[in-house]
Amino acid sequence: MPLRVIPRLDIKAPNLVKGIRLEGLRVLGKPSDFAQSYFEQGADELIYQDIVASLYGRNNIVELVRETAERIFVPLTVGGGVRTIMDIQNLLRAGADKVCINTAATTRPAFIKEAAKIFGTQCIVVAVEAIRKPDGRWEAFTNNGREHTGLDARDWSMRAVDLGCGELLITSVDREGTKKGYDLDLIAAIAPNVPIPVLVHGGAGSLQDLVEAAKLGIDGLVVSSLLHYRVHTVAELKAHLVQAGVEVRQ
Amino acid sequence: MKPRVTVCDYGLGNLHSVLKALNHVGCEVDVAQDGRDLAFSERIVVPGVGAFADGMAGLERRGMVEALRKLAKAGRPIAGICLGAQLLLSESEEFGKHRGLDIIRGRVVLIPSEGVKVPHVGWDRLHVPAGAAWAGTPLQATEPGTWAYFVHSFMLVPENKAHVLAACRYGAHEITAVVASGRITGFQYHPEKSGQAGLEMLKQFAQTEV
Repeated sequence: MPLRVIPRLDIKAPNLVKGIRLEGLRVLGKPSDFAQSYFEQGADELIYQDIVASLYGRNNIVELVRETAERIFVPLTVGGGVRTIMDIQNLLRAGADKVCINTAATTRPAFIKEAAKIFGTQCIVVAVEAIRKPDGRWEAFTNNGREHTGLDARDWSMRAVDLGCGELLITSVDREGTKKGYDLDLIAAIAPNVPIPVLVHGGAGSLQDLVEAAKLGIDGLVVSSLLHYRVHTVAELKAHLVQAGVEVRQ
Repeated sequence: MKPRVTVCDYGLGNLHSVLKALNHVGCEVDVAQDGRDLAFSERIVVPGVGAFADGMAGLERRGMVEALRKLAKAGRPIAGICLGAQLLLSESEEFGKHRGLDIIRGRVVLIPSEGVKVPHVGWDRLHVPAGAAWAGTPLQATEPGTWAYFVHSFMLVPENKAHVLAACRYGAHEITAVVASGRITGFQYHPEKSGQAGLEMLKQFAQTEV
């Protein structure tokens, strides 16, 4: 299958925002406008992440999802504050194709299993927000890298797979928004050990960063700053990947 | 005049994306809640995500099984999408044996998992099987090699191989991507999620002469 290029839109309703290490947010505009333009540029999929939902214990992104689903015709993954079967149902009904779960999965892992049974494994993405520890391993965090879980990111990823999630979204919180490149060590520690698609996020700041992560055999490159600040278009990212010998959908 | 398309709502899955995609390509879209709503429809789309038996039960409950068979006999263009495509066939082995609409003779079987992941999720290229031709079908404006977005565990196996209009390679398997017979088309993938190329297929279907 081709490597997917996936713009990620962090949402603080009603705005698209962008931070550094998931914090210090800047308002960029209306999410559905950005989403539509990424669709037109050839994005393979989009991720909407409600970055305040878990914090306030609510999910208010449904309306934005509905509005976006009217204008984009590629799969849409939505995360942030997904805690119950009803939350998932509401998002899917609004036009999401997959949901992304972090906090609810780390606090009650059985939720992954229950959700996969009802909606199918392909529908359930588990997000792992990883921060590097002094010993060289990574810990999984929640709430945009604020809350410790005590879980080793690599072990937790493999457990989430066993519980039936269909995809993993691995975020390097250390790199997110820094444009210093993906955390290749983190990717190499997880991706080869799981039998499901792995999407990598956090740090893409240049075309070369994309190629380096692609070489690690992952399934999706999640990109935000490069696109939101109009450094490149999705089509440009893909053209560069093709030049580097990576198969993408064009 | 805008082409009219009727989408079957039989209680399964999300109609939203299909409706919006049809609107996007310039269709006048009606939603049918039961068999009577279907009686005067010009072109019919059967969407659906979920299990085969639930899908047939939903169609049955809403009086759509006989209605769809009649429309097919009358030569109305019908397009099934994903589960909707599978329902067009004679039977499925998903959770036991279940009878389908039997509009196109064939079976729905589990994708053999040797060497590949099941469900089959993601983008794959469509190709033209030997002997098939896309002219005069909803794929007439599609280039061979175009990418389509799949999400499924079961696959279409029509009895007559000539009914495979498009296929994709998945590991060592050849998977039916589009099944077609006369004016009946079944898309195993999601044209409404397959980018501009997918929208074009829906547009072509909507322009099928009635």
